[in-house]
Amino acid sequence: MIGAPLSYLSSAGRRAATILPLTWFTLCVSIAVCLIIATLVWIAARRARRAAPAEVAVEQRGDGVRWIAIGVILTSIPLAITLVWTIGALANVVGPPRRPDLVLDVTGHQWWWQVDYNGALPSDRFATANEIHIPVGAKVLVRLHGGDVIHSFWVPKLSGKTDAIPGQTNLSWLEADHPGVYRGQCTEYCGVEHARMGFEVIAESRDEFERWRAAQLQTAPPPVTAAQLRGSQLFEFRCSLCHAVRGTTAASHYGPDLTHIASRRMIAAAMLPNNPGTLSGWIENPQTIKPGALMPDQHLSGRQLADLRAYLETLK
Amino acid sequence: MREAAFRTPDIGDDTDVLRARLHAIWATEPGIKGWLGTVDHKEIGIRYIVTAFIVLALGGIEALVIRLQLAGPDLHLLTPEQYDEFFSTHGMTMIFLYASPILSGFSNYLWPLLLGGRDMAFPRLNAFSYWVYLGAVVFLYSGFLIGAGPNDGWFNYVPYAEKAYNPGFNQDFYSLGLIFLGISTTVGAANFIVTAFKTRAPGMSINRLPIMVWGTLTASVANLVVVPAVSLAFFMLWMDRQFGTDFFMPSGGGQPLLWQHLFWIFGHPWVYAIVLPAMGMVSDGLPVFCRRPLVGYSLVALATVSVMLLGFGVWVHHMFATGLPGLSLSFFSGASIIITYPSAVTVFAWIATIWLGRPVLKTAFLFFASMIVLFVIGGVSGFMTASVPVDWQLTDTYFVVAHIHYVLIGINVFPVVGATYFWFPKMTGRLMDERLGRWNFWTMFIGFNIGFLPMHLTGLLGMPRRIYTYPAGMGWSTLNMITTIGSFIFAVGVLLFFINVWKSWRSGEIAGDNPWGGSTLEWSVPSPPPPYNFAVIPTVASRHPLWEDQLQRSEARSSLRRGMTLDQGKEALHTSPIDAIPERIIEEPGDTIAPFLLAVAMMVLFYGMLLKSWWVIGIGGIGCLAALLLWLWPRRTMLERAPADRREAAHG
Repeated sequence: MIGAPLSYLSSAGRRAATILPLTWFTLCVSIAVCLIIATLVWIAARRARRAAPAEVAVEQRGDGVRWIAIGVILTSIPLAITLVWTIGALANVVGPPRRPDLVLDVTGHQWWWQVDYNGALPSDRFATANEIHIPVGAKVLVRLHGGDVIHSFWVPKLSGKTDAIPGQTNLSWLEADHPGVYRGQCTEYCGVEHARMGFEVIAESRDEFERWRAAQLQTAPPPVTAAQLRGSQLFEFRCSLCHAVRGTTAASHYGPDLTHIASRRMIAAAMLPNNPGTLSGWIENPQTIKPGALMPDQHLSGRQLADLRAYLETLK
Repeated sequence: MREAAFRTPDIGDDTDVLRARLHAIWATEPGIKGWLGTVDHKEIGIRYIVTAFIVLALGGIEALVIRLQLAGPDLHLLTPEQYDEFFSTHGMTMIFLYASPILSGFSNYLWPLLLGGRDMAFPRLNAFSYWVYLGAVVFLYSGFLIGAGPNDGWFNYVPYAEKAYNPGFNQDFYSLGLIFLGISTTVGAANFIVTAFKTRAPGMSINRLPIMVWGTLTASVANLVVVPAVSLAFFMLWMDRQFGTDFFMPSGGGQPLLWQHLFWIFGHPWVYAIVLPAMGMVSDGLPVFCRRPLVGYSLVALATVSVMLLGFGVWVHHMFATGLPGLSLSFFSGASIIITYPSAVTVFAWIATIWLGRPVLKTAFLFFASMIVLFVIGGVSGFMTASVPVDWQLTDTYFVVAHIHYVLIGINVFPVVGATYFWFPKMTGRLMDERLGRWNFWTMFIGFNIGFLPMHLTGLLGMPRRIYTYPAGMGWSTLNMITTIGSFIFAVGVLLFFINVWKSWRSGEIAGDNPWGGSTLEWSVPSPPPPYNFAVIPTVASRHPLWEDQLQRSEARSSLRRGMTLDQGKEALHTSPIDAIPERIIEEPGDTIAPFLLAVAMMVLFYGMLLKSWWVIGIGGIGCLAALLLWLWPRRTMLERAPADRREAAHG
């Protein structure tokens, strides 16, 4: 239960791990306080008798200020600990790493995440969507941008939330301790499909990461079969109005970059697993799967859809 | 100076002759004109309360629909657009249209009775603030009914609320509606402040005020300071939408975070404003059932004020994730942790009051006593969110949804229902049914905790707020089902409450003047009180005028049956702000339809702005001027236009 995909009662990275003990501490203090107060109220109120209030004489036994004094003193102890611990933990997790191993630009759009990998040369740069690969143990600086409205970037197992606000750049950072797939989610209400604006962070070994990066840097291979060719023409004719595939004339950045769509685990902002069935369903009926999404239904014939899929499957 | 101001008031006994005379002066005339024109604070208070409870029922129905949608994964009872309007309207309804007006209703009804006065300081303004509130309810709900309710949450973050992303009428209804409502809140707050400082009975010095008066007074001062911030924000949003001013649009050089600062500078003090008067109800009601004065009166009063003062300095804890610098975050984190202290003072004062008293089991007592526990649960979850790093995980998950519901239901709804059991006999002359009351309490209490206690865990397991559905396999499905079941049990409890009110109003047991053996002035007058409240203005000698014989704290006794008669017209007394020393006799205005007409004309004006129709705006504007003219026209009865010879005499 604690290990549920978005649960923050367990952690898998340094930033989240620094916060976790403080979360447990404040949680346990809170539960203890509630139990103590509930017990005090219960014991005091159990003495209540069934009588007409007006017939019970009024009497002032003691001024009771000692109760307040003791209560406030006892309250101070967890408050002081929490305050000091908070400032300490904040100092540890607030600042982005001075010398990050990897710098990413993540932009929130209605309702998907654009991920730009930076490099010294233009040829080292590439873009992907809704899937962030990082090497285990690397300090990753994430620069957050708002593409339209405000979104919030959250990978509970690795890091708390930071908003992606249009007009400013916010910083977050990630560092994964173990390889794994960690779910992320937009947590600032951003419109009708806010509920389905997920993403994944895939932490893998340095070697695997470098292999992935090398593959992502490749441009799309030219279509080979007749079906792929027809599919690529269809893509250029229709999909390229919004989507980009590097190495072709499709260069619009209104929607996710699809250069390596076939390599991704999930589609539709981490909503559906990426397989031919879901991909066809998504292309044909996005408005049924995700009502309000900015991608319109495509109304393709069965043959067109098969061609398009044949082409997209080459984009590994 | 006016002549009446310097008359030495007659001192007399409370007699039937005097009562008949006062009744003739103060009673509202029957019929539609009297109904629309009354300025009686009791009438207005009950209207506030009834309207707010109807609004509570509406917001509750919205909540149940939301809970049905979330009962299991991937349910599609509502479309995403409908869900967004439902959760936004639910928030708007409960926070703006229920939580604050219900407290205004109780305060309106009770204040002059608690303070020993005959009406609020500005009776016409009081009527006006109710009519504007009603107008705002109609305005905002007319949007919801045509499918243009708010759809960006009650917090309404930009730029999503801007026209580029939100082209419908939704945000125009919401922004104008809240500016409209802000007028009601502002004039109401001004009225409470002057009432508290100027219209108390002689001898009711500031250290003898009931805590509820402290609560509402503090909340009113806060409202007067912070409501302009949110009204301005909504006006800027409306300008952005209608005239492209781009205050909040980064594409035009605007700043989205500006909205959040303006909104939360208002929003956080507002949260305290909608709980402090309710905490005051508990501080005043609980001791009556514990048969002793409240423990630590001065500390509780100071805690009330200091919560509010600290409350001005914590707004950024709603914005911990917005990328503000760490140093400023740690300041606001510290302030948000320290604000626990005054709350702790109040909680331990309540517990000590029960512990050191002789508690008597009544439904009102159950609501007040259980509220302490709910308050603490809502308090500690707030304390957790005050820690910045922890909040980066907690914020915008269901943990915060659980927190806000413990705060608003625990510290507003439970005290308000308790207060209804407590003061219903005063308002109607009849007691509420105790047996039904027990059922009412236990279904509400159990249903609420089944619904909202597991929700903390739903949040810790990562369920984000404001999502219209969620996939299976996230660990949230069972918890959500439990919450839905709990919320329906809670709703049954609220329904039992409404049934009890209806039944008791029709055929409840006759209450008498002081059914609970209460200590404050409202219990010294008949139930329901006559239009003039007090036949003679009481003179107060202690904090508990009706318990002086039993407490035997001093020789001094309050004088309740003999005092100033003030029967030469619709007269009331002004006293000094701190010590309540009599200063002058004032003339209270009679019933007038002007506040109602002004509210109607303003509503026309706001609909005109909504439609951006200049001729409707013109009609509304002219209507406002005409109503103001009628309102402010000098009247001889108010001594605003003394006859010529008297004026000369005054000068001569």
